[in-house]
Amino acid sequence: MSALTYEDVISKYEPVLGLEVHVELNTNSKMFCGCSTIFGAEPNTQTCPVCLALPGALPVVNEKAIESTILIGLALNCSIAPFSRFARKNYFYPDMPKNFQISQYDEPICVNGYVDVEIDTDEGPKSFRIEIERVHMEEDTGKSLHVGGSTGRIHGADYSLLDYNRAGIPLVEIVTKIVPGTGKYAPEVAKAYVAELRDILRALGVSDVKMEQGSLRCDANVSLRLIGSDVLGTRSETKNVNSLRSVERAVRGEMIRHAERLNKGEKVVQETRHFQEDTGLTRSGRSKEQAEDYRYFPEPDLVPVAPDAQWIEKLRASLPERPSLRRKRLQEQWSVPDKEMAAMINADVLNLVEETVLLGSDPTKARSWWLGEISRLANEKDVTISELAISAKDVAEIVSLVAQGELTDKLARGVVEGVIAGEGTPAQVIASRGIKVVNDDGALMAAIEKVCSEQSETAEKVRNGHVPAAGALIGAVMKETKGQADAARVRELLLGHLGQAAN
Amino acid sequence: MSSLSRDDVANLARLARIEMTDQELENLTTEFGVILNAVARVQEVATTDVAATSHPLALTNIFRTDVVIPSLTPEEALSGAPASEDQRFRVPQILGEEA
Amino acid sequence: MIKNSAAEMAQSLASGTITSVALTQAHLDRIAEVDGKVHAFLHVDTQGALKQAADVDAARARGEKLGPLAGVPLALKDVLVQKDVPTTCGSKILEGWRPPYDSTVVSKLKGAGVVILGKTNMDEFAMGSSTENSAYGPTHNPWDLTRIPGGSGGGSSAALAAFEAPLAIGTDTGGSIRQPAAVTGTVGVKPTYGGVSRYGLVAFSSSLDQAGPCARTVLDTALLHEVIAGHDPKDSTSINAPVPQVVAAAKSGDVKGMKIGVVKELNGDGYQAGVRQRFEESLELLAQAGAEIVEVSAPNFEYALAAYYLIAPSECSSNLARFDAMRYGLRVGDTDGASAESVMNMTREVGFGREVKRRILLGTYALSSGYYDAYYGSAQKVRTLITQDFNNAFAKCDVMVSPTCPTTAFKIGEKANDPLAMYLNDIATIPVNMAGIGGMSLPCGVASEDGLPVGFQIMSPVMQDQRMYSVGAALEAALLSKWGAPLLSQAPSLGGAA
Repeated sequence: MSALTYEDVISKYEPVLGLEVHVELNTNSKMFCGCSTIFGAEPNTQTCPVCLALPGALPVVNEKAIESTILIGLALNCSIAPFSRFARKNYFYPDMPKNFQISQYDEPICVNGYVDVEIDTDEGPKSFRIEIERVHMEEDTGKSLHVGGSTGRIHGADYSLLDYNRAGIPLVEIVTKIVPGTGKYAPEVAKAYVAELRDILRALGVSDVKMEQGSLRCDANVSLRLIGSDVLGTRSETKNVNSLRSVERAVRGEMIRHAERLNKGEKVVQETRHFQEDTGLTRSGRSKEQAEDYRYFPEPDLVPVAPDAQWIEKLRASLPERPSLRRKRLQEQWSVPDKEMAAMINADVLNLVEETVLLGSDPTKARSWWLGEISRLANEKDVTISELAISAKDVAEIVSLVAQGELTDKLARGVVEGVIAGEGTPAQVIASRGIKVVNDDGALMAAIEKVCSEQSETAEKVRNGHVPAAGALIGAVMKETKGQADAARVRELLLGHLGQAAN
Repeated sequence: MSSLSRDDVANLARLARIEMTDQELENLTTEFGVILNAVARVQEVATTDVAATSHPLALTNIFRTDVVIPSLTPEEALSGAPASEDQRFRVPQILGEEA
Repeated sequence: MIKNSAAEMAQSLASGTITSVALTQAHLDRIAEVDGKVHAFLHVDTQGALKQAADVDAARARGEKLGPLAGVPLALKDVLVQKDVPTTCGSKILEGWRPPYDSTVVSKLKGAGVVILGKTNMDEFAMGSSTENSAYGPTHNPWDLTRIPGGSGGGSSAALAAFEAPLAIGTDTGGSIRQPAAVTGTVGVKPTYGGVSRYGLVAFSSSLDQAGPCARTVLDTALLHEVIAGHDPKDSTSINAPVPQVVAAAKSGDVKGMKIGVVKELNGDGYQAGVRQRFEESLELLAQAGAEIVEVSAPNFEYALAAYYLIAPSECSSNLARFDAMRYGLRVGDTDGASAESVMNMTREVGFGREVKRRILLGTYALSSGYYDAYYGSAQKVRTLITQDFNNAFAKCDVMVSPTCPTTAFKIGEKANDPLAMYLNDIATIPVNMAGIGGMSLPCGVASEDGLPVGFQIMSPVMQDQRMYSVGAALEAALLSKWGAPLLSQAPSLGGAA
């Protein structure tokens, strides 16, 4: 459909990125009231006068949310402002009960940080520095369900139903400075940045960082300028980018869309666009007749946040290992080749592998299970690995059973499949499916004798020294034992039975 | 010195989500001329060397601990709702950006 | 009995000469008798009040330890939420709304056994100085039913002056407790900002609003002050410090050696002659009681009114955004195919009165991009200058004083079409709110030219509220011995035929 290729775009234009990431913190209670934040509760069961904006109600700041925000700032190499304030962002929208959002405006809590991300380029791994402009606190909105019409979407709906359970959940917004200089790697850099942020936030333990549940959301600003120009182009802001892959697709798609317009001599419109997972394209938001004027002013119901140095240093001392350093450390400890390491990161299994190793598994075995069979099953089901019902503990148990000779690799694959199918722990799957290695030599010998008498001609060939012919017999024995035998043991016993040394 | 046109006032009404009648807009345009002249006096003494006071108290760092306290029941939450359905607030169709 | 002070009623209750049920019923009877003329109440909670009174009587019979005002009735300004009791803020947009929670002030009142008779009339969302802006019709001044009772809390003050209640709660954003007290011959106190929780007080201007006690005597006001004051973790702007000892101050009424600063800028042109005369006489009485009268200057007070009419509308434009027909209150125009946006627009047009709409638009303008610095930003700077004026003056005196209002009560309708003239009523009360300090108004006589009450304002530094009570009690005692009877004994009885 698009006449322009990505190569055409990057040969003429330089992309400039700007990324805004919203993170829902995993505090027990909301940002300004004591309502629970548990995901998926019955509608309007987690609301109170404060988060419903009943007349007279007042907000009080959740201390844990402040600490989490400062931790994020520190992890992103930001300065923590000695004095910061909340401000009201005024606009009307039914999912926002007060019709203003408590946010931060000109006095955010964290400023001027950076994150380094590494991606593979044609010249090998290369590091890009993403500068962070600010990290600030705000609150989430409620959720609307659009009823009527055909699409379930907002347009064409007859009316909407509002659930305010999410209203007031603490959000942290992380805003980058403009990111020039990524050239053709812009989509990969954007994706790597969001992935790095996600890893950092997960290591900090401040958020569930589940993009599919909306606890991590990315808005991607993209503009193009002619290569060599230092004038910024008009940007579009793409919202609703809810997976790492979508970040990459959205940036690439917008670059192509902008270039097509620019090549035709048309202007890029400064607007909000919505990313559509199915097509990978963006759709224009309903353009407003006039620009919104948010009329920010200091929130008079709250007092300023002024963290002292002691508090900040205490939080700094509690920072976990930086994910990029941790990756380097694990790669060395496990002696993983670069390519395999990249595959683990790409498949997002590093944490699971580490957890499995910490439970006693051999790193190579742990890695090959997560990256091999389990990844394959995830692909087959078209879900992410973390969505599969198998834990590091399960895998560690399976690795251990294989090592003890209780399972063959083949049987173990069946156990993995059973666990993922929801049949329980590996032990439960083994019990219920009746899986066990036949390591009773007597039973094996009976099967071997049976096979050799049925296929006496082949057996004779082997007896006469034509060892490769044994393969067919081994296969038949395995079939006879329903695959539960250890093939190596079968071979050993068979060759002995036919007067050939096993080797 | 300060004055607003009728269109300016209409734009303010739009921002404030109030559907004003023509007569109201006329009246307010006149009144704002007078009121703004009076309130603009603040600019006489609000020089750059004066700090702004947004709040009478010089408090900082007032927090609550991250503890869950019981919410309203959904019946209480919805008790004032002009319309509700399936334990949710029912509102007319929302025009505007998809959230 | 209903003309007694709350302290006297409390004593009768404690000694068992009367029950709370009887006392409450007497006030309900009085309301039934006179409120048709005064219109102080928007809602009388007969059943709730009698139930509360019966509970207090029962607790007393069981020998439980009760607070000093247990069993005494009170009128609550309709801007404070009380669970399951209609709360309208004098606005159509909240008609019929019953809050599912109690404000902290109401919780404290209930905890202290104070009997809540009902909700009193007010200017819509507390915006006004006459109670004429109530969507439910004006309240009439018991001294002269053709005149305003002040505002925004005209209902609370009128209820006191008409002996419909011995105690009342008001809220004061620019003078809404003190100005009604002044024009009705009652006492009203705006405590230090943060002294009384704002949780459950429907916000007009968050950085200025403060709930406070109203009564007919300084001691009653102090007793109520101690019931409602104190730190509240639900209000981030609540002061976490011991409540000033206002009852002790009101009981001693000792001003010997105190320096009383007369604000030069709040006692000149524009002040009614009768008001100035009563004010000057009061200063003499205080001097005779042992206080030293000094003059202090507050040159920036002249900008307070302008700054106020930027800050309060700005904050209210945001605070009142929640009244949008989605979750509670009025909904207009929800016909087939109507959008949420049009329903919001129509509901706010129909549900808000003229003054509220005027201020919302003014505030929207003052905060809008390109005008913020010139208006809201400049007003905040004026706020700094006013606070500095207070600090400089308080370096030279213990309290500052002025007439509460430039004039006595004006006629209903007289200033309805001149917002600026109306705003001028608050010229002496607004500086107190800008700086967040305490302020009291108590009656100091009637103006000779019209026979209407005059208020005397006392201002005390942050969390030094006891000082204004000392001075107020001293002045009240001196005036009482001069008059021989409380000022309100001069007011019309209102009883019998209209």
